[in-house]
Amino acid sequence: MSSVHAKFSMQRGAFVLKVEFDTPSRGVTALFGQSGSGKTTLLRCIAGLEREKGELNVNGETWQSDSFFAPVHERSLGYVFQEASLFPHLSVRANLEYGYQRISPEARKVKIEQVIEWLGLGNLLDRRDPSSLSGGERQRVAIGRALLVSPKLLLMDEPLAALDNMSKQEIMPYLEYLHRELEIPVIYVSHALDEVVRLADHLVLMDKGSVLASGSLAETISRLDLPTAHFDDAGAVIAATVAEQDDTYSLTRLKFSGGELWVGKVAQPDGTTVRARVLARDVSIVLQRPGATSINNILAAQIIEIQDEGSAKVNIRMRVGEGHTLLARITRRSCDQLELNIGMGVYAQVKSVALMPGCSV
Amino acid sequence: MQSLTPDDLQAIWLTLKLASVTTLLLLMIATPLAWWLAHSRHWLRGIVSACVALPLVLPPTVLGFYLLLLMGPQGAVGKITQALDIGTLSFTFTGLVIGSVIFSLPFAVQPIQNAFEAIGRRPLEVAATLRAGVWDRFVSVALPLARPGFLTATILAFAHTVGEFGVVLMIGGNIPGETQVVSVAIYNRVESMEYGAAHWLAGGMVMFSFIVLLGLYLTGNRLKVVR
Repeated sequence: MSSVHAKFSMQRGAFVLKVEFDTPSRGVTALFGQSGSGKTTLLRCIAGLEREKGELNVNGETWQSDSFFAPVHERSLGYVFQEASLFPHLSVRANLEYGYQRISPEARKVKIEQVIEWLGLGNLLDRRDPSSLSGGERQRVAIGRALLVSPKLLLMDEPLAALDNMSKQEIMPYLEYLHRELEIPVIYVSHALDEVVRLADHLVLMDKGSVLASGSLAETISRLDLPTAHFDDAGAVIAATVAEQDDTYSLTRLKFSGGELWVGKVAQPDGTTVRARVLARDVSIVLQRPGATSINNILAAQIIEIQDEGSAKVNIRMRVGEGHTLLARITRRSCDQLELNIGMGVYAQVKSVALMPGCSV
Repeated sequence: MQSLTPDDLQAIWLTLKLASVTTLLLLMIATPLAWWLAHSRHWLRGIVSACVALPLVLPPTVLGFYLLLLMGPQGAVGKITQALDIGTLSFTFTGLVIGSVIFSLPFAVQPIQNAFEAIGRRPLEVAATLRAGVWDRFVSVALPLARPGFLTATILAFAHTVGEFGVVLMIGGNIPGETQVVSVAIYNRVESMEYGAAHWLAGGMVMFSFIVLLGLYLTGNRLKVVR
């Protein structure tokens, strides 16, 4: 079992970082928080780029303790910086091979051809000047370069933040692909909730240098006591499987223990697990199952928590099926008129579902 | 009108030898020094920077004067060299090399330091995450990226050594074949009213300096010396 245990404390001027968290042995752990919450500093501590007091265990190997500090180049990690930071004096191929050549041949689990295929780098290889690449292409090369050291831990510091929307859309499928293929833990720093919801399995929520919450994405993202509940795009994530394709209306039926969801066509075979994101503002509540309605998705739910959202609205957390959660954001007046209470059984009308193709929770 | 005399040729040869040896030594000294100045946050950094830049503002005669005292029979360096049975270094080629290295130090250190600073920490951090050790990072990333700085440093150090006069005269004197470089030879010619001979050497110096600087600018380098 590989996993990461990290514990760091440091002080720099007025900024204090004091964190401790674990990650699962595979899958993406998102370090999520606002700018200045210490995410990047923490990631740099994990890499050894900052020499601070701490403990770090990766895969059962100690990288850092009170009495020991492995220098960066002796830690089996891949690091993707916000800016691709390709070496300007090396060709694309030489950039890719830089780390690959520096590990022993037996340690080379990831092959160059593999990475070229994963990241679609074939036609970029012979470019001599990396600065002639587009932002998205550069970041793909940087990711490939990091993977080619066959790391035991992949660290990504907002790899999409410096890119325009087009390049983000271009890279996202590659990241999602890696998410499925890689068997190592990935720590992904981000301040964009939509990226986190698409890519992460595990969430470490940071604020002012400390960890506010840490847990599985689906659980943590739907908690009403965390700042994420107040985001405009607050919502829940549900893992469901593809159950039926309706070609007449170009719809796909997903099923999960809480019922079924009709969504826009998903080109995946039946049985595939997909991640569905339901925003709180897209969910309304009715007391009886409505008869004729234009809304496709109505789920039986039980209210488990109600929290005020400003003075006019409330956030409602509901249980659907076994272990699934749904959030609804409605006006406080509706909440009072329907006399909603904790424990009440209601129906949730879901106006829209966003799909994260190929992501399992 | 006469052309170059054997004495002139000897002076030219000596000048080129002095400049080459000085430049080589300077690159060896300036590289680690520039690296340290570019990356250190040590409190000594400011003092070392000031010392390195000192030859830029001091009259060469001041520098030459103190070096002469140091290397002379009563000087600290002179006593050591005498104890080691080398004799004194003043009025020798070795003494000239030492003086030239100190005199041209800022011209070698500053372009290299600027180049190292321009690279920043990021490429070196990237290299570290790609398993490159300290020395490996320096050789495979820092040196190639700082190449323009090294080129500028080499050309400036060489040219500046060729052009020095005051320090040479103070510590080296005017010994043909040993310490008489071109600039001193020109001075001799002018003193003895041999203007024709002076022209040959002086004109040659103008040509040489112009060609060096032209090459520097054509290759896209700028004189990044902080004056």
